[in-house]
Amino acid sequence: MTDAFLTNLAFYVISFCVIAGGIFVVSSRNLFHSAVFLVFTLFSVAGIFVMLSAYLLAAIQVLVYVGAVAMLMIFGVMLTTQLSNVRIRYMNEQVWPALLICAGFLALLVYGLTDTPFATGNVAAPVEGAKAIGTLLMTKYVLPFEMVSVLLLAALVGAIVIAKKD
Amino acid sequence: MSVILGSFLVSEYAAVAVFLLVGTGIVLFTFGLAKVIRPSNPTPIKLETYECGETPYGTAEIQYNVRFYIYALLFVIFDVEAIFLFPWALVYRSLGLFAFVEMFIFIAMLVFGLFYAWKKGVLKWV
Amino acid sequence: MIPLSHYLLLSAIIFGLGVVGVIISRNLIKLLMSVELMLNAANLVFITFARWYGDPGVHIFVFIVFVVAAAEAAVGLSLVIAVFRRKESVDVDILRLLKG
Repeated sequence: MTDAFLTNLAFYVISFCVIAGGIFVVSSRNLFHSAVFLVFTLFSVAGIFVMLSAYLLAAIQVLVYVGAVAMLMIFGVMLTTQLSNVRIRYMNEQVWPALLICAGFLALLVYGLTDTPFATGNVAAPVEGAKAIGTLLMTKYVLPFEMVSVLLLAALVGAIVIAKKD
Repeated sequence: MSVILGSFLVSEYAAVAVFLLVGTGIVLFTFGLAKVIRPSNPTPIKLETYECGETPYGTAEIQYNVRFYIYALLFVIFDVEAIFLFPWALVYRSLGLFAFVEMFIFIAMLVFGLFYAWKKGVLKWV
Repeated sequence: MIPLSHYLLLSAIIFGLGVVGVIISRNLIKLLMSVELMLNAANLVFITFARWYGDPGVHIFVFIVFVVAAAEAAVGLSLVIAVFRRKESVDVDILRLLKG
């Protein structure tokens, strides 16, 4: 069991988890199950991030998506749906056209992928992680950083105005 | 295509894999063992929600109050704010006052949001 | 070792699943979940190329995408709740007031 074999194994197992979870998110008839599988999928994507040595982003993926966004989704499910109401339909009548369009789109992407000559050669050394990101965020990308706070403020105020009962 | 990616040592993560396997194994083992050795005598009374005192009525699927959602919303916004504190804290010492002022503006913006929520009365639990 | 194209292919598959979810779902919350899947596929491409070119600046983009995704989920679910309060349903097909 060489290290290369183990890396391959880890990648394909995690990819399988991501894809299977994604299929369940889209196809599950129970909205709550969809939300739980969304958590599973996003967690597995964090595993792929670790394989790409983006450790800080993997941690943040778990914190923000799994911890916050998916939880918000579950709150939304609890607030708006009757889970046992079988009359609610979760899919419309266009399943097969949708799958066809998506398959075409995927074929186009794969064609582009195999046709593009990516620069060959050695992979760059792994970026040194959180410290480099912090320095960039505080110096070169300081304007986007401050814009983020404005965006969050707008989202906070907007969401409260919309969701508040009056 | 001969592009190779992922020069990353999985053996560093052997501990994680062992942890996962042992964790799953313990659960499967204890549940399996319990299933083998316990007596099986299902009665409908065992499926009731409360053992005594309360008779449940209706389903468990009630509509929750929207106030829960607004608290969750505040949590998400400040959670996203918190992720920016990690890289900031790592470089704070080397960047000094500049980084402090930046983060002060960043947090001040969101404190305005919190103040707005407070004034609107969404933090009050009635 | 894993070729670059496999990471990109995985991302394409996640994105495709998200597209299918957006097209076929009738439920607004499920639609939002599919959008989250698509955003994650985009993040995966960003991080793959960040690793490929060894550029930490790309990670800033992913940070911003995380923020946008959280803000989108917060405001989107507020809208879903507002729709539910008026219509007592979160079916996509009932939102047709603007249809001529």
